[in-house]
Amino acid sequence: MKITTSRGLTTIAALALALTAACAPTDSEGEADKTKATPASTSLADCQAADLPVLADGKLTVATDDPAFEPWFIDDDPSNGKGFESAVAYAVADKLGFAKGDVTWVKAGFNQAVQAGKKNFDVDINQFSITADRAKAVDFSSPYYSAAQGIITLEGSKYAKAASLADLKDAKIGAQIATTSLEAVKQIDPSTDPLVYDDTTKAAQALQNKQVDAIVADLPTAYYLTAAELDGATIAGQFQPTTGESEQFGLLLAKGSKLTPCVSAAVDALADDGTLAELEKEWLSQATDVPELK
Amino acid sequence: MTPSERQLERVRYRRRRARNRGAVAVVSTLVVLGGLAVLITQSPGWPRVRETYFNVGDARAVLPDVATAFWLNIRLFLVAEVFILVVAIAVAIIRVVPAPALAPIKLLVTIYTDVFRGTPTILVVFLVGFGVPALGLAGLPTSLFWLGVIALTLSYGAYVSEVLRAGIVSIHPTQWASGRALGLSYGQTMRHIVLPQAVRRVAPPLLNDFVSLQKDTALLSTIGLVEALRVAQVDAGRTFAFTGYVVAAAFFIVATIPLARFTDYLTVRSLRRENGI
Repeated sequence: MKITTSRGLTTIAALALALTAACAPTDSEGEADKTKATPASTSLADCQAADLPVLADGKLTVATDDPAFEPWFIDDDPSNGKGFESAVAYAVADKLGFAKGDVTWVKAGFNQAVQAGKKNFDVDINQFSITADRAKAVDFSSPYYSAAQGIITLEGSKYAKAASLADLKDAKIGAQIATTSLEAVKQIDPSTDPLVYDDTTKAAQALQNKQVDAIVADLPTAYYLTAAELDGATIAGQFQPTTGESEQFGLLLAKGSKLTPCVSAAVDALADDGTLAELEKEWLSQATDVPELK
Repeated sequence: MTPSERQLERVRYRRRRARNRGAVAVVSTLVVLGGLAVLITQSPGWPRVRETYFNVGDARAVLPDVATAFWLNIRLFLVAEVFILVVAIAVAIIRVVPAPALAPIKLLVTIYTDVFRGTPTILVVFLVGFGVPALGLAGLPTSLFWLGVIALTLSYGAYVSEVLRAGIVSIHPTQWASGRALGLSYGQTMRHIVLPQAVRRVAPPLLNDFVSLQKDTALLSTIGLVEALRVAQVDAGRTFAFTGYVVAAAFFIVATIPLARFTDYLTVRSLRRENGI
């Protein structure tokens, strides 16, 4: 039995053929225009549902993570209009001329939301802090919320009575990955590196187990954790992040999305007519008894 | 003794065949890999992918942190490895010893291997890492490092014990009989005759489990340990760029390659010895 060259070549040809068939490029997403995120100079008049380049005709597809936490979403159901971010999403949709029934919710985890390539949503609302670094990979709308950071400890812990950030220097601190809170830990400058958790629930668990002395989370999340998830925990204090940029949340869109100027215009309009302030009062009514730590 | 004409013809034919096959292999490799490279770099999204995953500047920035954190992966692996071997050998021996008095213990270790082989490692890590401290019992370790080692030991001890048990029962009964005939006790036969052969026979799958363990140290990030993968994740979370993941992956690959090659070498060697290939 002699293996001939011609048979080998046939195999090669077959392989090459299979290869090209298997991964022909799907779309020309790379053609998206490479403009930087632009401030909204678009007026809402130019942004009407019928003309917007959305994924599904006549529908605005909005993504958020699963589970969706309070006070941003209530009952883990983004489509009920309850919770600050759910309400903001519907208000933005309304400004763009989408009725409540025309908003479709999809699930997108953090990595899905920030990956390059095609997205399965028009906008994503999930407490994304706007930073210049991140804006290289995705588009952000104008900010719809500015958050302070809260420090959560167990009641009776010696750190519960902290009078300044310096008092927390020797505390073991936990925070959620990919949050501004994790960056803000640097302001405390703890003597041991912070522990990093996948989500706030795990961080809360670690606090309950005394594996960490304190966790840092944005203030609304801190309120929710102490009220609903944790027994015997308290917010020891709040502080304004000064490392890097201020803590501002924006809606996230694919890099170079044609929707960005319109969504920004909608958010700006909501800020101007006082809707954002109202929604904040309704869902994020923050008690003022949390001391500010410097 | 000069080779016959026919033998020379054979040698020529074999040489020709080897040359042809080599040429086909080279061309095939060039076409397929070249085709892949062209496809990937010509795809419309490639510039974005290169910027996100293969950015040299980002890689340089994150490298020192990932390297420091990877040392933790190595430490976890080395410490867990020792405990796993101890647990696995004990469990394997208990399961093969034919002593009726050991029945309850045999039952317990059988349940142990069944449960921990069937549970996803990440779940074991989670339950041990968050569950054990929640018990609040004095004397239990609270350090994340040791909780992680315990979790990996529980999970992998079950796998490795099954590998060792398979090795022990694969040794021919005549080996046992010979040992006992020489006047060795059961324990001595096990220790000096059966175990050495068994371990040698299952070395490849054993090392395979160790490579797997090396990678699974990354699962411990879920309980808060900041190891190489977690450092990369933190970086990705900050910048939305994923080059850090690629850097972390490179560390894991580089660490497992020596073990993988060593496994290959052992496999070939034992094949040669046992089958005279």
